[in-house]
Amino acid sequence: MSALLETKGLTKSFGALRAVDDVSLTLAAGDTLGIIGPNGAGKSSLFNLIAGVMPADAGQVLWQGRDITTLSAAERCREGVGRTYQIPKPFDGLTVYENLLVAAEFGGGGGDGAEAKLLCCNILDQMELSHLADAAAGGLRLLERKRLEMARALATRPKVLLLDEIAGGLTDLECGSLIAAIRDIKAQGVAIIWIEHVVHALFAVVDRLAVINFGAKIAEGPPKATFESAEVQSIYLGIEA
Amino acid sequence: MQISRADSVRIGLLSVVLIGLSMGPYWADRGTMRLLIEAFYFLALAQLWNLLAGYSGLISVGQQAFVGLGGYLLFTLTMFAGLPVLLALPLAGILTGILAWPTALVAFRLSGPYFAIGTWVIAEVYRLSFAQISSLGGGSGISLPTDIVRSMADGRSARESLTYWIALAIMLAVILGIWALMRSRVGLGLGAIRDNEEAATSIGVRTTRLKFSVFVGVAAMTGMIGALIFLQKLRITPEAAFSVNDWSVLVIFIVVIGGIGSLEGPILGCILFFVLREFLADLGSWYMIILGVISVGIMLLEPRGLWGMLNRKRSLTLFPIARRSPKLKSLNQDTP
Repeated sequence: MSALLETKGLTKSFGALRAVDDVSLTLAAGDTLGIIGPNGAGKSSLFNLIAGVMPADAGQVLWQGRDITTLSAAERCREGVGRTYQIPKPFDGLTVYENLLVAAEFGGGGGDGAEAKLLCCNILDQMELSHLADAAAGGLRLLERKRLEMARALATRPKVLLLDEIAGGLTDLECGSLIAAIRDIKAQGVAIIWIEHVVHALFAVVDRLAVINFGAKIAEGPPKATFESAEVQSIYLGIEA
Repeated sequence: MQISRADSVRIGLLSVVLIGLSMGPYWADRGTMRLLIEAFYFLALAQLWNLLAGYSGLISVGQQAFVGLGGYLLFTLTMFAGLPVLLALPLAGILTGILAWPTALVAFRLSGPYFAIGTWVIAEVYRLSFAQISSLGGGSGISLPTDIVRSMADGRSARESLTYWIALAIMLAVILGIWALMRSRVGLGLGAIRDNEEAATSIGVRTTRLKFSVFVGVAAMTGMIGALIFLQKLRITPEAAFSVNDWSVLVIFIVVIGGIGSLEGPILGCILFFVLREFLADLGSWYMIILGVISVGIMLLEPRGLWGMLNRKRSLTLFPIARRSPKLKSLNQDTP
């Protein structure tokens, strides 16, 4: 059986800079993979390649064994790739509920009417945003914006959710409730790839960890062991082994 | 369905205005009627440009291409194909939409400011092309033959009333059509594009396809309005038909001072524009200078225009679009 999502030798350069260098990853349905790496290592660029926001220079993205490298971001979302942005990009002129509704009606196979509305209400509940449903998304605070970012991605009914530094900038308390929400999503069987600097948050959720440096994957394996390996410690934390 | 107090005020207000306007030929003199016809088509053009720029992020300064095309198509269809005016009018719109298709294929290769300049250049190409067609009067233009004008209605005042009602109907169709569109699934997608195009693609909105459809649809309606404009003027020249000043600059002025990205904004902008024009018309070139200063001033004070100033809390609305969450409603009913 083929993996849910697979990248093969994914590469992207900006001028002389190799932002993503020959990255191959495999994700089975329901898998959770954490990605860490120093700032500017190319983690977000990798997400942009997987989500189809920018074209790859080389390599492939496979979706359930099918090559989707040339599909647009919108088509990939309709297939089941949901993503959040590191800096939340809410639709400020719409209400919180409408932010979810547009995602439910266009993403992940679409679907109009009652089913989409019900889905949105359930996600608002799950993400603790119900009390803000009819508020303008432009007026939200950071934690609410991050929750909305995740709620909107969920409304597209993703099979895999790409989370980009969703815990960054939150207090410990806020972070804890976010982790609980992500574990819920995991429990529903959604596969997750999560880029994060807040390592303890990652450890609380992911089954596997990959480390990226200068665009290339340098290690992958069980979270704790991978993080504590000498190579990762020296590169990621700047500690001499 | 329950009708709230705000809804009944809204419906009452709109009905009074509508009934008053539709009786126009019975209370207005000829000059007022001409002015109202002009206001109707400028408001329709402004709403269409707002749909393009305010909702779809397509800043076009070349809508005069479609006004001109519609006008020339009306003359061509009535003079050479012998079609009745009332049939030629919608047909001119449909044909303009079809011609907008290849135009869009060229323009959509450009983005941002290049798109704006590109649309302008394309409109200039249309202008220069029509100036070459000698059967349409070339560069000096052509008048609509009197037998065609007479075929519309018996007598001048009947014809002017008919033109008035057509203009009113087109304006209402444009406003209500855009309102219905914004309340639909497509409108929700356009709202997402307006707020953040990249995020819109990431949640599955096929942005390019949607924008393309909007561009072509707007062009078709713009073409029909162009046909109406030159049906009223009875004479068409390439300069007047493809005027960037009349059909883009003034229209953009109306939308920007009124408030871009809302349905109410262009209505306010249109009223202000015609009031200003009536007072400033005798000042010659100062008129345009003052308009320019006012629009810059309003943009600096409030980017969302006059409507944005009046409606800082975004609580007022004449054309409600927002979708309320179903669960909250049932919660509200539970608590007294």
